[in-house]
Amino acid sequence: MSLDAATVRRIAKLARIRVNDEEVSTLQNELNAILGYVEQLSDVNVEGVEPLSGGAQMALRQREDNLTDGGMADKILANAPDRIGNFFAVPKVVE
Amino acid sequence: MSIFDLSIAAAAKALKAKEFSAVELTTAYNEAVAALNPRLNAYITVTPELALEQARAADSRIADGSATPLTGIPLAMKDLFCTESVRTTAGSSILEPFIPPYESTVSAKLKAAGAVMLGKANLDEFAMGSSNTTSHYGAVENPWKRLGSDAKLVPGGSSGGSAAAVAARIALAATGTDTGGSIRQPASFTGLAGIKPTYGRCSRWGVVAFASSLDQPGPMARNVEDNALLLNAMAGFDQKDSTSANREVPDFCLALGRGVKGLKIGIPREYRLEGTNPEILALWDKGIEWLKAQGADIVNISLPHTKYGLPVYYIVAPAEASSNLARYDGVRFGKRVDGEDLIDLYERTRAEGFGPEVKRRIMIGTYVLSHGYYDAYYLKAQKVRNLILRDFTDAFGSVDAILTPTAPSAAFGLDEKMDDPVTMYLNDVFTVPASLAGVPAMSVPAGLSAEGLPLGLQVIGRHFDEETVFAVSAAIESAAGFSALPELRAK
Repeated sequence: MSLDAATVRRIAKLARIRVNDEEVSTLQNELNAILGYVEQLSDVNVEGVEPLSGGAQMALRQREDNLTDGGMADKILANAPDRIGNFFAVPKVVE
Repeated sequence: MSIFDLSIAAAAKALKAKEFSAVELTTAYNEAVAALNPRLNAYITVTPELALEQARAADSRIADGSATPLTGIPLAMKDLFCTESVRTTAGSSILEPFIPPYESTVSAKLKAAGAVMLGKANLDEFAMGSSNTTSHYGAVENPWKRLGSDAKLVPGGSSGGSAAAVAARIALAATGTDTGGSIRQPASFTGLAGIKPTYGRCSRWGVVAFASSLDQPGPMARNVEDNALLLNAMAGFDQKDSTSANREVPDFCLALGRGVKGLKIGIPREYRLEGTNPEILALWDKGIEWLKAQGADIVNISLPHTKYGLPVYYIVAPAEASSNLARYDGVRFGKRVDGEDLIDLYERTRAEGFGPEVKRRIMIGTYVLSHGYYDAYYLKAQKVRNLILRDFTDAFGSVDAILTPTAPSAAFGLDEKMDDPVTMYLNDVFTVPASLAGVPAMSVPAGLSAEGLPLGLQVIGRHFDEETVFAVSAAIESAAGFSALPELRAK
């Protein structure tokens, strides 16, 4: 399976990373090398094997859905690149 | 003997005996950092004033008898741990600037124990790398040199700044994080001991996330005992980390003197890879002999899916990274590059903020999770990951610990292995399987290469049995008698 330039552009779009033509061609080679390397997994028979999603050998904990924290708008906004009052500011999204 | 020659245990004893004060110890380290860091680039941010303030508080605790073994001990903090009011970069320009309004659980525990923070240690960008060359803040130089050569070598990665700082004695010890080998491989490259604890042992809360099912904080230090002292303070249940293990933390120091008599040590045949450096294999054989001589039973075992560890890792870790790193969007914190609209702002911010290795991994991760490829790549990798876990579970039915080399080579040159990502990935061939299985694993310095560079052996244990890992590692440490020192160091 080999990625073409259009697929690389599509992945970049999905990943929200702007790429120029030169980067597309470099990425295409590098990504294909990595995908070529992982191709060997097709040799493994995984019939009847459950997928393992995590390193923790346990069920995730649950808790009551209570409010346990909050009231720190200033701390949360302290690193914002742009803010208006207690909001993060971004370019206009809806006309 | 200089103050820089002391281990944590020895320094704590000297502090208690008032041979010197915490302020004196920290001042010595601050000066060493100022002298050597401009060359080594082991720290991204140095915090000498904060360190002195913490040292003064440590002296009060020592005076009033409330000191712990870490009180007044000067540490380097990997710059992946969020530290309140101290800039945190993750080695990336996309977090420029980011000043956390909170403290990670692990760094808070070390603070509470009275440890002193000298600064934030350099690392591969978002901990993605095996050479510390992907940092936005520049590569780190390994303080070790090949015999008769002045060529700059890498300290390994991703915890390369932590490793270089401790090896060069511009930190007494350090924190690291390990996702596929990021504590163990740099420890091996710099003559240090370092442990990746069981997944869930140390809280991930406040650690900048790379691959959440693999990331695990741990210590790096000059010897095995110092690791035990640090892990005692770093480990423990944390409500704020959903995968934190709610388990008692034993005193790891008590395991150090257990010995290996009667322990069954597994030697996995699949780690004897074709083409592996004969020096590495010879050191491994030596390690086997050392343990045998101390009364361990050596058992040949098989971990049949070993060779699939790296390919699984290079699907699973990028997949998780692509999801974790979605938060860097130029809106809530860090860098923003303005665009024509919101999507354009995201794309420009991420194009400028991430380096090439991070972009590669986000792209791979995005692809293997995308519609039509998820089953073929991600789901398949998760299933093989289960087989890798099963290999370990089966092996631990008949052995107490496993001994392997840590890395397939000694430290390499700063200008080597750069052109091909896959070759770089091979550095982690021996460390990745334990990460995928979530079991604890430690690298112990065991000898020098013919070129005079340190080489480590890896001890892997059962889930939550760091104690046996410490016992076996201490046995190797005492047999190896590793006492070599790097050329560049504080004296």
